[in-house]
Amino acid sequence: MTNHWVDIKNADLILIMGGNAAEAHPCGFKWVTEAKAHNKARLIVVDPRFTRSASVADVYAPIRTGTDIVFLGGLINYLLANDTIQREYVVNYTDLSFIVKDAFAFADGLYSGYDAAKRSYDKSSWDYALGEDGYVRTDPTLTDPRCVYNLLKQHYARYTPEMVERVCGTPKDKVLQIWDMIASTATPTRAMTIMYALGWTQHSIGSQMIRTGAMVQLLLGNIGVAGGGMNALRGHSNIQGLTDLGLMSNLLPGYMTLPNEKEQDFEAYIVARAPKPLRPNQLSYWQNYRKFFVSFMKAWWGDAATADNRWAFDYLPKLDKPYDMLQAYELMRQGKMNGYLCQGFNPLAAAPNKAKLTEAFSRLKYLVIMDPLATETSEFWKNHGALNDVDASAIQTEVFRLPTTCFAEENGSLTNSSRWLQWHWKGAEPPGEARSDLEIMAGLFLRLRALYRKDGGAFADPIVNLTWKYAQPHSPAPEELAREYSGGALKDLADPKDPTKVMRKAGEQLAGFAELRDDGSTASGCWIFCGAWGPTGNLMARRDNADPTGIGQTLNWAWAWPANRRVLYNRASCDPSGKPFNPQRALVAWNGSAWGGADVPDFVAGENPAGGMGPFIMNPEGVARFFARAGMAEGPFPEHYEPFETPLAANPLNPGQAQALNNPAARVFADDLAAFGKADQFPHVATTYRLTEHFHYWTKHVRLNAIVQPEQFVEIGAALADALGIGNGSRVRVVSNRGHIEAVAMVTKRIKPLTIEGKVVHTVGIPIHWGFLGVAKPGFLANTLTPFVGDANTQTPEFKSFLVRVEKV
Amino acid sequence: MSAERKNEDIVRYAPAMRINHWLVAISFVLLALSGLALFHPSLFWLSALFGGGPWTRILHPFIGLVMVLAFVVLGATLWRYNHLEARDWAWLRRARDVVGNREDRLPEVGRYNAGQKLLFHLIVLCLAGLLLSGIVMWRAYFAFYFPVDVIRFASLLHAFCATVLICAIVVHIYAAIWVKGSMRAMTRGTVSRGWAWKHHRAWFRQVMRGGERE
Amino acid sequence: MALQSLDIVRRSATTLPEPQVRGAHTGQVAKLIDVSKCIGCKACQVACMEWNDLRDEVGSCTGHYDNPADLSAHSWTLMRFAEYENPKGDLEWLIRKDGCMHCADPGCLKACPSPGAIVQYANGIVDFHEENCIGCGYCVTGCPFDVPRISKQDKKAYKCTLCSDRVAVGLEPACVKTCPTGAIVFGTKEDMHQHAAERIEDLKSRGFEQAGLYDPAGVGGTHVMYVLHHADQPQLYSGLPEQPRISAMVGLWKGMAKPLGLLAILATAAAGFLHYIGIGPNETDEHDEEAARRELEKTP
Ligand SMILES: Nc1nc2c(c(=O)[nH]1)N[C@H]1C(S)=C(S)[C@@H](COP(=O)(O)OP(=O)(O)OC[C@H]3O[C@@H](n4cnc5c(=O)[nH]c(N)nc54)[C@H](O)[C@@H]3O)O[C@H]1N2
Ligand SMILES: Nc1nc2c(c(=O)[nH]1)N[C@H]1C(S)=C(S)[C@@H](COP(=O)(O)OP(=O)(O)OC[C@H]3O[C@@H](n4cnc5c(=O)[nH]c(N)nc54)[C@H](O)[C@@H]3O)O[C@H]1N2
Ligand code: HEM
Ligand code: HEM
Ligand code: SF4
Ligand code: SF4
Ligand code: SF4
Ligand code: SF4
Ligand code: SF4
Ligand SMILES: [Mo]
Repeated sequence: MTNHWVDIKNADLILIMGGNAAEAHPCGFKWVTEAKAHNKARLIVVDPRFTRSASVADVYAPIRTGTDIVFLGGLINYLLANDTIQREYVVNYTDLSFIVKDAFAFADGLYSGYDAAKRSYDKSSWDYALGEDGYVRTDPTLTDPRCVYNLLKQHYARYTPEMVERVCGTPKDKVLQIWDMIASTATPTRAMTIMYALGWTQHSIGSQMIRTGAMVQLLLGNIGVAGGGMNALRGHSNIQGLTDLGLMSNLLPGYMTLPNEKEQDFEAYIVARAPKPLRPNQLSYWQNYRKFFVSFMKAWWGDAATADNRWAFDYLPKLDKPYDMLQAYELMRQGKMNGYLCQGFNPLAAAPNKAKLTEAFSRLKYLVIMDPLATETSEFWKNHGALNDVDASAIQTEVFRLPTTCFAEENGSLTNSSRWLQWHWKGAEPPGEARSDLEIMAGLFLRLRALYRKDGGAFADPIVNLTWKYAQPHSPAPEELAREYSGGALKDLADPKDPTKVMRKAGEQLAGFAELRDDGSTASGCWIFCGAWGPTGNLMARRDNADPTGIGQTLNWAWAWPANRRVLYNRASCDPSGKPFNPQRALVAWNGSAWGGADVPDFVAGENPAGGMGPFIMNPEGVARFFARAGMAEGPFPEHYEPFETPLAANPLNPGQAQALNNPAARVFADDLAAFGKADQFPHVATTYRLTEHFHYWTKHVRLNAIVQPEQFVEIGAALADALGIGNGSRVRVVSNRGHIEAVAMVTKRIKPLTIEGKVVHTVGIPIHWGFLGVAKPGFLANTLTPFVGDANTQTPEFKSFLVRVEKV
Repeated sequence: MSAERKNEDIVRYAPAMRINHWLVAISFVLLALSGLALFHPSLFWLSALFGGGPWTRILHPFIGLVMVLAFVVLGATLWRYNHLEARDWAWLRRARDVVGNREDRLPEVGRYNAGQKLLFHLIVLCLAGLLLSGIVMWRAYFAFYFPVDVIRFASLLHAFCATVLICAIVVHIYAAIWVKGSMRAMTRGTVSRGWAWKHHRAWFRQVMRGGERE
Repeated sequence: MALQSLDIVRRSATTLPEPQVRGAHTGQVAKLIDVSKCIGCKACQVACMEWNDLRDEVGSCTGHYDNPADLSAHSWTLMRFAEYENPKGDLEWLIRKDGCMHCADPGCLKACPSPGAIVQYANGIVDFHEENCIGCGYCVTGCPFDVPRISKQDKKAYKCTLCSDRVAVGLEPACVKTCPTGAIVFGTKEDMHQHAAERIEDLKSRGFEQAGLYDPAGVGGTHVMYVLHHADQPQLYSGLPEQPRISAMVGLWKGMAKPLGLLAILATAAAGFLHYIGIGPNETDEHDEEAARRELEKTP
């Protein structure tokens, strides 16, 4: 989230699109009801299904899954055509005036530099044009045909309301009604928030959908302001913390990235990540990358990371390709990965194409499950009748199950969607033989290290030198880890302003990442968390919900990264002179000598607005980007591509270009390509999603959850049910090209047939929660059906759009 | 009259019939007591006789079934004597004389007088009503098969039939007390010749002709 | 505090008045369910099960989101989902939390034959005291909202207690405490009326001209009230009765029928008694026996 949960109450308009906040985030949803009740806010929901969020919306519109870029692209076109944009904001705080390189081009759905064989782009032309001074050329009048504004306008001119109706199936009057409402927030005194989640991320073009939403928000001046923002509703209670701490195959903590194979040189690695400003007097905060990185390497390898060994840069793996989960299962299936540690994850249930997963796991030598419960993955080899029809005797994988505690049985911090690190305390003792994940991982590490110490091995250094200074080495305490990721001084730190003074004594915790140094004198396991456990103690444990300004800025409740800042880019809530656009909901302001206010300013505290520093300090340009430069895999402006399984034969926006039917930059493995279904055999569009009553695949082990949602069902519209003679409550079979499931049919008016390119398309809704274990009625894994392909940038699987055929049982 | 008869009494009810009747009578008393316990708060204490409220609730319908079954047997045997005939109407028209013990002014009566016959039919009706409504109301086994309005109607009907039946049986019992010598018919099984001659002369003649035993 | 009072002001099957001196002078309680805010998350349902330690059977899917499919002795509240296409052609998903309404004039209490099995507290809560319940099911018949359920296990009647145990110690009901959206609020009935008025104003500003409060007068008002978008059509909300009142049949049965019935019985008995002492028994004397004998002799 750029903003935070409580801030939603400040919104004047709420767009829930690509998510179902009421069902998947019911507690956070209270802020939507607050905004409605106390701020006269209106709520819009755009979803293929009429959801529980829609049940309390002022306006609901259906949309075909996977077509949000068309809807939002149309909106961009509409806003630009009617000039309902917040001009002062976009001209000053975005790259609309920036001139783009001449070589950059877009035609027939493809950008310049496409290599069809590699399914990827040479992105060198995707950049701004630089002037003599080394800075980007701009045209503040927005008249230059090569300025981002005009390119944007041109790009989305094709996205007309008629096109939206044709592609999305959303009735035109609803489209225009919603666009009108959204356009009303272009004034500085009205803010719209966008709440989204998997309905946008789980598409082969998911990242670009989100970008399109963000572009709309920029045009309306809704980023950085109270009640605005792009608010990703995160998943598991600590999934935000997971990404923050870099638990992705290509990430290091704090969104630093692992070097790739070609980046063997430390300096080059740093320089590539610490860009110089692209415009005069811009901060380009990532210039501090070296400090974050060195402090991180000191946290991990302590004394072994020295200036001489380039802070142990060689210890880091250099990636030849992304090792996301789809890649991992592909490698297993090919027999190239043969051991798997599965910690708090139930991939047989959670990953696409169960048949492929079963095949992949069957080729493993060993599979270790760390989980408090029996998961489908831990029994992938066991025959459960039609629900898991495998031949156990043919599977040789050795499966180990290590019972773990769960979050409620330990202390620790959880980071919510608001970026708040909230400390929590153990609620119960773990049962039986369960051990915490920490103890299990520590045990594994200590044994490995002992083996390497004893026997040596290829490149033992990263393991034998890893810092492990915990009071009980076999059981590191959450508090110790928290202090470690927050970080401290390794030596006495001199005050930069007065070198005679010691600012931090050796061993003292640091107050924030501004104190980090690149000389090895500080250590911080995750720079964005620096200060969470500061010199005064554990700030995550704070529970003071005082809200002095009344706009929900409870700065003494827990601790938010970065630097306890609650609304990102909050400098953009003020006009260029530093006065709040909306004084009613001022976040920060320039008081003549400093920035301050209800929030921690996302800016240099003493920076005079007259200097022209932009509010988007993480970008070298200082402003927000409409033109993504080389940041995205499929192009600088989001373009609509059909899902890999689409009911259409051609992309209506680029009908002449077959390569532009689906995301041209998405990675597709050969066997998965072959496993895609075609509309003639699988005429119905399916999407998968959550129900409030269950949490993924594990609450089916819980009696209370099972009582309130006992049995697997699929939702089908009344029209489709009539056509197929399916009665409500009867059983149906849903078949994709990868397998089938059977479930109770829930026949509903909440799913309407859509007319797409003149033909009727039916949507089938498939809740994900059932499986063959637990106290709820046993059911099929929904992911038996789903396609094995991901977003081109994140590799998040396309769980939200695929083709099926519904059959009466 | 056969020679082996030691006394001059006339047999009115064989032992089986009497047992049957008393079964009906006892279950009725239990039903009335248990039913009234539920019918009016001031009589809830009656439930103590059955071991408390829940037992009262449990037992009552079962006793009801016993009573109905027993009555079906009784009623079936006696059915043919309870047809209303033309002379019954004449009897009824002279109700004042009935009440005033002036039987000499009444038409001749068969095995049962018109009052008894009417009562008989009233009992049949009430019991049918009680059975049907009772089943509809029977929460433990049947009530959930019926819509609530049907149950509400049944409750009303049940209370009504019960009241009517209780009044009827009060009359019935009183008649047994009032018409001396009747009780013996249901206890010993016999009535005196005089009793029969006085109250059921037509029946008396029939019996004397050997037309009917019992 | 009156809100916490557990003084009983009405008791089933009791003829004399209960203590009335300590009234709820600072206001009776009410739970307000704002249907227009409710997202049907069922957290309230689960909270109810947890607080009251109830565990229903794991049922099956019947093609609806309503689970369990109906109230039961183990499910004192549940969400009912209704799909409604409004005249404008837009779909509305009306989700109502069903359960006891805590009527000011409770039909259940009226119908109950067992003294003290159903009581009404001074604060307005209608509570079942299972130890006095005989399991007759009359309360089911008496309730205009189809709420009480008789357990198959112990044959006792159960329903929402409005968390009388929590309210008694100054806590709000478990479902209220849990509701993530603030769709359920709890306080004095007066405060709830005020809160509802604000909500109704908001709903009217959103085009729900018939928005209103459901506090039906037919049962004397209720201590569980709804804010409805379509207060003119409560039946849209999974059959919420439009004008609930204690059924006329129940009224008759539990009203006039009782004294009249007893009276009829007593009158009949009295008539017999009076007849006996007034006119006397009808006896058979020697004269009759004689006549009978004569008669016998005449017969062949
Ligand atoms: N109760 C409950 N809550 C949860 C979870 C849970 O399992 N249960 N899981 C948590 C986790 S890990 C996550 S990631 C979040 C996910 O939270 P959400 O993303 O909100 O959850 P989903 O139900 O997967 O999908 C949201 C909606 O996207 C819609 N949708 C599908 N395709 C499209 C599309 O193309 N466009 C648009 N506009 N909408 C589309 C679906 O119909 C669905 O209503 O929820 C978290 N919260
Ligand atoms: N078709 C389809 N598939 C999907 C999705 C979809 O929308 N559609 N959504 C995807 C998304 S967003 C997600 S996040 C995944 C979720 O997929 P998973 O993360 O695999 O789902 P969970 O059931 O939450 O699994 C978490 C496991 O962690 C265990 N656990 C809980 N606490 C602890 C602990 O403290 N330690 C350990 N070691 N284990 C613990 C639980 O018992 C459970 O088995 O599913 C994905 N799959
Ligand atoms: C035919 C079989 C009968 C059945 C199945 C039956 C069943 C019932 C039932 C189910 C009830 C509700 C209370 C309870 O569950 O115990 C009831 C109540 C009652 N029954 Fe019966 N009953 C029968 C016969 C009778 C008879 C013969 C009488 C008459 C004396 C009677 C009098 C009553 C009364 C007075 C009540 C209370 C009604 C009220 O509270 O309004 N029942 N009966
Ligand atoms: C509880 C006290 C009762 C007493 C003292 C009593 C007494 C008697 C007596 C004395 C007779 C004989 C009358 C005659 O032969 O002319 C009789 C007959 C009869 N009794 Fe009862 N009775 C009682 C209860 C009941 C009940 C509860 C029923 C049925 C609901 C019943 C049904 C009958 C019937 C059907 C006859 C035969 C008369 C006829 O068919 O009209 N009695 N009873
Ligand atoms: S995870 Fe917990 S806090 Fe978040 S919505 Fe679900 S129940 Fe509420
Ligand atoms: S907890 Fe609140 S929002 Fe959820 S179903 Fe209950 S009343 Fe509705
Ligand atoms: S079942 Fe209902 S009416 Fe009967 S005693 Fe129990 S509470 Fe009272
Ligand atoms: S709703 Fe029914 S059970 Fe609840 S108080 Fe009213 S009559 Fe009684
Ligand atoms: S008030 Fe208490 S008993 Fe009633 S529904 Fe709510 S939690 Fe359940
Ligand atoms: Mo997730």
